[in-house]
Amino acid sequence: MRKLTYIDAIVEAMHEEMARDESVYVIGEDVDIKGGVWKGTVGLLEKFGAKRVRGTPISEAAFTGLATGSAMTGLRPILEIMYMPFCYVAMDQFLNQMAKLPAMSGGQIKLPITIRAQAGAGTREAAQHSQSQEAIFLHIPGFKVVMPATVYDAKGLLKSAIRDDSPVLFIEDRNLYYEPEEVPEGEWLVPLGQADVARTGKDVSVVTLGFPRRKALAAAKQLEGTVDVEVIDARSLEPLDMDTIGASVMKTGRLLVVHEAPVRCGAGAEIVRRVVAEYFDYLDAEPRVLGGANLPLPFSPVLEDACLPQVNDIVNAVRQMA
Amino acid sequence: MLRTMLSIRLFEQRVKQLYRAGEIVGAIHLYIGEEAIATGVSEALRRDDYVFSTHRGHGHLIAKGGDLKRMMAELMGKATGCSRGCGGSMHMFDPSIGFMGGNGIVGGGIPLALGAAFSAQYRGADSVAVAYFGDGGMYQGVLHESLNLAAKWKLPFIAVCENNRYAATTPVAKSAASHDFSTYAAPHGIPGVRVDGNDCLAVHKAAKQAVARARAGQGATLLDCETYRVEPHCGIIPDDRPQEERDEWGRIENDPIERSRRRLKITQPQFAKLRAEIESGLDEAVEFARQSPMPKIGSCDA
Repeated sequence: MRKLTYIDAIVEAMHEEMARDESVYVIGEDVDIKGGVWKGTVGLLEKFGAKRVRGTPISEAAFTGLATGSAMTGLRPILEIMYMPFCYVAMDQFLNQMAKLPAMSGGQIKLPITIRAQAGAGTREAAQHSQSQEAIFLHIPGFKVVMPATVYDAKGLLKSAIRDDSPVLFIEDRNLYYEPEEVPEGEWLVPLGQADVARTGKDVSVVTLGFPRRKALAAAKQLEGTVDVEVIDARSLEPLDMDTIGASVMKTGRLLVVHEAPVRCGAGAEIVRRVVAEYFDYLDAEPRVLGGANLPLPFSPVLEDACLPQVNDIVNAVRQMA
Repeated sequence: MLRTMLSIRLFEQRVKQLYRAGEIVGAIHLYIGEEAIATGVSEALRRDDYVFSTHRGHGHLIAKGGDLKRMMAELMGKATGCSRGCGGSMHMFDPSIGFMGGNGIVGGGIPLALGAAFSAQYRGADSVAVAYFGDGGMYQGVLHESLNLAAKWKLPFIAVCENNRYAATTPVAKSAASHDFSTYAAPHGIPGVRVDGNDCLAVHKAAKQAVARARAGQGATLLDCETYRVEPHCGIIPDDRPQEERDEWGRIENDPIERSRRRLKITQPQFAKLRAEIESGLDEAVEFARQSPMPKIGSCDA
C-alpha cells in the first residue's frame, strides 16, 4: 500500500490511459499551464505534448462541441470543466448535441467522452462556483454519471469512464482533492454501475452521493452502540446499482439518502422512487432524503454551512428513523 | 454539378408533394433555390472530408453522395432510413461518406465541425471539415468562439454561411448591424469571402481555395454565400416575405440551375432527358421507402 491524494489519483489515471491509447487527449481551461489550477493535469504536457494536452480560451460552448466533434471522428477526449456551473455556458452542446447525437443517428455515432467536472460546496466560493448538478444530467437521457468519493474510486472510475464508449460525467469534489488515502500500487478499474458498501450495519441504510460519504461514516461512528448504520456510497448514479441498495434495504427496512444538491427533483428522490417501486414490501419506515437547501448557496460561512447536510443532521435523521 | 443541383431540386419537390399528401410528416425545411452552395462546396470535397449540416440539410447530403433511397426512407420514418428512422429530416447521418449529421439547433453543428477538423489535424490526416449554417447562425456566439479557435489552432475548418436573408422569418436587415458577413472573418485573421451563392462555379471556386488552404495546414476560411430560399422557412409556417422580393429572386435568370444550364449550353431536350433520369431514380427511392418496414419499437435506444 501507499498514500495518494484524490487529485493525484486522477492524474495517475490519465497518465495510464493516455499511454495506453493515443486517441485519448485532454482539453479544457488552463490544463496546459503548470498542471492546471487544481493540479489535475500535472506532468501530462511534459509527457504527452501540446497536441494531447490542449489548454483552451474561455469558450466552453466551442470546446465542448469540439470535444464532441472529435469523438464523432475517432478521438477519446477528456473534457475538463474547471467549475461545474461553467457547464451552463455550454448547455446546448451538452444537452442537445452530446446527449442526443448517438440516438438521433440511429446508433451510428459513438461518443467516448469523459467530462471531468470539478464540483463541491463549503469552500466559500458562492453560488456560481458551488452547485451540485448531477440531477440535471441524470434527467437528460444520454449520459452516464459517476461521483467518486474516495481516492481508490477516483482512479478506478476515471479509467473506466475513459474506456467507455458513451459520454460519462465524472463529478469530482474539490473538498476531497488533497487529502492522502491508502491505495494499492499499480493499475485498477472500478466498473461503472457498482455501489460500494462503505460500512455494514443492520438498522438503517444510508446511501450517499459523493462527498457526504465521509459525513455519513462520521455519523455512523457517533451512533455506534445505539443505531447500527450501513453506509452505501452509490459511486455511480447512471447506471445505478439497485441490487446493492435493494439488498441493504431488504436487511434494514430503512433508507436515508444524503446528497448536497437540493432535495427537490434530486437524485435522492429518484433513488427513493426506485426503492419504493422495487422494494416497497421491505420498507419499515418512510424513506427520506437529506439534501442541500433549496436556494443558490450563500457566501457567508455560517450561511453556507447551514445550507448543506452536516454530520449532526445525518445523526438526527437516522435517530428519527431508527 | 448541374446533375447534382437538379437531383437536389427534384428530390425536394418530391418531398414537398409527399409532405402535402401526408406520407412525410414532421418539420421539413426545403433547400430549393440554394442548391448551388452545397453542390459547389461538395465538388471541392473528398469522401473522407467531413460535412456538418443544418435543419435544411437534404441538399448537403445529396451533394456529399447520399443515398436517395435511404434518405427518402428516413423521411418516411422507416427502419431502412439513413438514421434508422431515429432522426428524420433534421438528423440524417451517413458517417461512411463523412456526412456527420444535420442539426436542429441553429449554429449547433459549428463547434462539432471544429472538432472534426481538430481530429483530422490530431491524426495527421489531411481531411477538412465543413460547417454549414444560415445567416441565423451568424448571430450565435459559438460561431465566433469557433472561428477564434479555428484560426488560433490553424484547423482545417471551413465555415459556410448560406445567407438566404431570413432567419426563420426575420430578415437580415432587422437583425444584423453589418450585412456583409464575410467581414466577420477579419478579426480572427482568416479569409472571409463573399460569394454569389446562386452560382455553383463561383461557390466552387471559393470552396476550392478554402479546401486547398485547409489541406495545406494554413487554417480556416469563412464563406458568405448569398442566396434566397424559394420556399417558406418550413412546411408549416406561412410565407409573408415581400412579393416583389420573391418575384425578383424567382426570376428564371436568377435560378442556380437555369444559370448553370445556360452556361453549359444544355438544350431543353438534353435537360429534359437528364430530368427524366433523375425522376426515375426518385421513383425508385420513393418506392423503396414505401415498401420498407417501420422500425421496431425500442430500436433507437442508443
